[in-house]
Amino acid sequence: MLIIAQHSEIFIILACLFGFFMAWGVGANDVANAMGTSVGSKAITIKQAIIIAVVFEFLGAWLAGGEVTATIRGGIIDPVLLAQRPEMLVYGMLSALLAAAIWLLIASAKGWPVSTTHSIVGAIVGFGAVGLGMEAVAWPKVGQIASSWVVSPLLAGTIGFVLFKSVHHLIFESRDPFAAAKRYVPGYVFLVGFIVAMVTLTKGLKHIGLDLSFGQSLLLSIVLGLAIMGLGMVMERRVKYVRDAEDHFGYANVERVFGVLMIFTACAMAFAHGSNDVANAVGPLAAVISVVRSEGVIDSAALVPWWVLVLGGGGIVAGLVTYGHKVIATVGTGITELTPSRGFAATLAAATTVVLASGTGLPISTTHTLVGAVLGVGLARGMAALNLRVIGTIVMSWLITLPAGAGLAILFFFMFKGMFG
Amino acid sequence: MVNTNPFSAMFGRSPFQPLLAHIVKANECADQLLPFFEASLQGDWQKASEYRENVTRLEHEADELKTDLRLNLPSTMFLPVSRSDLLDLISVQDKIANKVRDITGIMLGRKMRVPDALAEPMRDYMITSVACVAQARQALEELKDLLESGFGRNVSDVMQNMIRELHTLEHKADGQQVAIRRQLFDLESELPPVDVIFLYKIIDWVGELSDRAERVGSRLQILTAR
Repeated sequence: MLIIAQHSEIFIILACLFGFFMAWGVGANDVANAMGTSVGSKAITIKQAIIIAVVFEFLGAWLAGGEVTATIRGGIIDPVLLAQRPEMLVYGMLSALLAAAIWLLIASAKGWPVSTTHSIVGAIVGFGAVGLGMEAVAWPKVGQIASSWVVSPLLAGTIGFVLFKSVHHLIFESRDPFAAAKRYVPGYVFLVGFIVAMVTLTKGLKHIGLDLSFGQSLLLSIVLGLAIMGLGMVMERRVKYVRDAEDHFGYANVERVFGVLMIFTACAMAFAHGSNDVANAVGPLAAVISVVRSEGVIDSAALVPWWVLVLGGGGIVAGLVTYGHKVIATVGTGITELTPSRGFAATLAAATTVVLASGTGLPISTTHTLVGAVLGVGLARGMAALNLRVIGTIVMSWLITLPAGAGLAILFFFMFKGMFG
Repeated sequence: MVNTNPFSAMFGRSPFQPLLAHIVKANECADQLLPFFEASLQGDWQKASEYRENVTRLEHEADELKTDLRLNLPSTMFLPVSRSDLLDLISVQDKIANKVRDITGIMLGRKMRVPDALAEPMRDYMITSVACVAQARQALEELKDLLESGFGRNVSDVMQNMIRELHTLEHKADGQQVAIRRQLFDLESELPPVDVIFLYKIIDWVGELSDRAERVGSRLQILTAR
């Protein structure tokens, strides 16, 4: 208790610094994955992508980031076991943040496809198991998180497959694909708005004091979905048919209608990414703050202070603006094979999966979900060519990131322990 | 900081672009055949050898595209069509260019002049054969739309019609071949025997050109019929 009271300011400052560092890494790297499909399919420009990412990452982090943050903060390490020695939790969370951020920096410099989520979960499990003892780790929860790494790409893949098949069936197979696109795309816009609104309202808004019942949320989501659909219809009306001799069926025009839709899915993806991945930086930070504020009382139920989520969102935005735009440019220009209709199916599938996971509090990897979604669209005979070797690389990165994050976290944990006693 | 992003690396290079580029080369190669034939009729071997050089160059470029495609199709590539069908298709396409090279090579090497009586039907026969190649190219160009639409029924119908048209053209070439052979048989006694042997050979090879173009069509059907 004494230690915490003695160093309370240092702890908070360090936590904020490391948290911001981590959020910066998330923004610099992961955002490119989220926005890459939209830029790659040429539905939006890089400049637009950055504006969308800045606004919606921040909104996602702030409005819907609370649930996953709670899992990272209190779900992996059993807080009850730490009641006698709360300073351990502070050291642990600080070291987890630092370890994950540094690992992210190293991996990014080497070009390894690591996941920010894996880094932080590995780090927390690492210091928990070694620093506090095996019994301190909530293994069932860890198992649940680990299973989500299999489930989330599968789920995203399935949704992507079904979405692309539905687009194929409703629009590309119809006699007049352009008219069909104009008819059905608002429906997809509604879907985007509804899903994002639903999860935000039911799961996210408690911490800003808005508590709605399920029925109220459902109604409000439908209204919001319809409003966004209306906006989509207005934008869609501006897309005029352009005749082209090369293009018998008007597919180029269909893709232009989908370009409108991509703007919405890009927003949804940025929102989903912000809501899920902000927790990686903010979760441990929130844990430190709540322990320090309550002077050693570990209260897993306490709400995340709103400014913490803002700090995380700000960090993501900072990373995005200082570095992420370069990565988006590389990813965006690298993906020439992607058309707006495919990009839409993949992005919406990934966003839906991530948003659902954020709602249930599961930290999942955006990269892997998106990879799963792209594979799903590929299985529906949508993608011209996918490099399966990369999937292998990604699986490898799962295996490497956990022990690496854990090892670094253990190192820093003992360092802090030695420094503060 | 980042040099390779796993996400962009996931999208392999599509093999369909080089496939299309290849048939375009093969078609351009076949297009040299008619002016070459006209030059040979005139006995203008200077000009004929220029066309022959074009053929060799285009055939070579097609070969490079073929090799490039094969090398860029590693076993880890996930494609909407079967890999073996794709590789079959490119080798059938490649044989078109090879055949054009063979025809022009032997005609130039032996300074062959088709007898005046045969010139007209032979020209028509070659036109049909070259048209087969152009038709095969058109059908293949539909592949882009087919991919775009996730193998939609509309586009696939268009492609089927084109392949049917290709079949009709090939059939026409077969008929012309029979007629030319009959005419040549009547002339046989007046011509040097060795020339006759090679004339039969050229007639055969021009027929093979249309055969191979048709085979591209049927490969294309196999490729997309799933």
